[in-house]
Amino acid sequence: PKILITHNISQRTTRFLKELSEGLPNSHVFYRRALAIKNIIPQCLAKGFTDLVVVNEDRKTPNGILLCHLPDGPTAHFKISNVKLRKEIKNSAGPSEYQPEIILNNFGTRLGHTIGRMFASLFPHSPDFIGREVVTFHNQRDFIFYRHHRYIFRNEKRVGLQEIGPRFTMKLRSLQKGTFDSKFGEYEWIHKRHEMDTSRRRFHL
Amino acid sequence: MQHDDVLWDVIGNTNYCSYKIKARTSKTQRFCKNENNVTGLCNRNSCPLSNSQYATIREEKGVCYLYMKTIERAAFPARMWEKVKLSRNYEKALQQIDEHLVYWPYFLRHKCKQRYTKIFQYLIRIRKLTLKRQKKLVPISKKVDRREAKREQKAMIAAQLDTAIEKELLTRLKQGTYGDIYNFPATAFDRAMEQEEIESESETESVDEQESEVDTPDEVEFVEEFEESDASDIEVNIAGYLGVIGRKLCDETMVGGESPEESSEDEVEPVKRKRAKVQIEYEHEHAAPPRERIK
Repeated sequence: PKILITHNISQRTTRFLKELSEGLPNSHVFYRRALAIKNIIPQCLAKGFTDLVVVNEDRKTPNGILLCHLPDGPTAHFKISNVKLRKEIKNSAGPSEYQPEIILNNFGTRLGHTIGRMFASLFPHSPDFIGREVVTFHNQRDFIFYRHHRYIFRNEKRVGLQEIGPRFTMKLRSLQKGTFDSKFGEYEWIHKRHEMDTSRRRFHL
Repeated sequence: MQHDDVLWDVIGNTNYCSYKIKARTSKTQRFCKNENNVTGLCNRNSCPLSNSQYATIREEKGVCYLYMKTIERAAFPARMWEKVKLSRNYEKALQQIDEHLVYWPYFLRHKCKQRYTKIFQYLIRIRKLTLKRQKKLVPISKKVDRREAKREQKAMIAAQLDTAIEKELLTRLKQGTYGDIYNFPATAFDRAMEQEEIESESETESVDEQESEVDTPDEVEFVEEFEESDASDIEVNIAGYLGVIGRKLCDETMVGGESPEESSEDEVEPVKRKRAKVQIEYEHEHAAPPRERIK
């Protein structure tokens, strides 16, 4: 899979994007310069990208990710919070060229499965076990936690984990069937606060 | 021309004009709020109140009009302003302004044309912008943000990410997705061997007896009851290793599936899954009709 990551300029976001792109194999970063996303999409298709990741920022920190699977695949819009760059994580390891494995935890509902598969499609299908890296998308109460670790088996009962790379949490805001089109697109799921957040125990993902 | 100067003396330099705004710009310039003002400033030449011959351009709903005020009509405030619709074409409109303001002072002619140009340009911009997609502004609500942050914290604590990841990795190791990379496959292999032996023991036992309560493959109890789990064994094996389907078939074959039997099926199934190689023998051995259940 070939991924295009793009953003609006700000120092923290650019660093975040750089680390993200190191985490996602075969990804390229471009500065968007306020181009409309709808116009970027045909260009991406022409150049053979399979996914488009647009990072939105507010007050110098990234706060939203738009994940668009390109040959008219679903588009998911997430709200990001708690972004931690590699520098801020203690004892963090550096990224490497190996392709990581993926763990998708707790994606139970149908919506959850769709999102989980979207994430899995970002990564190449054949992970390098030699590299011992794992990327985790863990869903808990509608919050998806992204972590990137390097693991080592001490013996067959204990694993050691060292964190690589950025970490953040995502919350799904909307899922669209086609590629990004906010006016005419068909929304499969939108988070409507008044309808959906009525109970504390009811989760959608 | 009658009371222009007097008017200007009263309202011009003093603060008595209600249309006046004193903005704190570096030029300490005064602005005029009057809609009929050609420039926006408060000057002797631009004040519509203190000039009896005056002209402006005003725009309503995308159409530009030239407004003119003459001394002859000064006595009739309702009819004071003469309104002329300007053409949509820029050059023609300028010509129209020229012909209507033909002997007027240069200042007014010039300012009117300037104002018309500005209005025309911003109308173009409006039309362009409405075609483009505008960014939707989503309001931030602090209460919701705070609530979400708290919930995220609780979710993070509940998630116990590290342990979850470790568990997942260990299960993958056990399943053998990593192949032979790691140096302790010896022990894992031994364990697997151990498990197989135990399972084969329990198999032989289950051949004869029934495992109504088999907690672990290690503990094999000789139980007297002959239950239908024989037939259900076959069902499970035939269907493959899918525990769910096996369970369902068991439910169908059993007469009134009772929960203890089902639970035993649950415990038995994972054991059965590992016994892949032995099952075929099982089937041949147990072609016999199912035994009746003694309740």
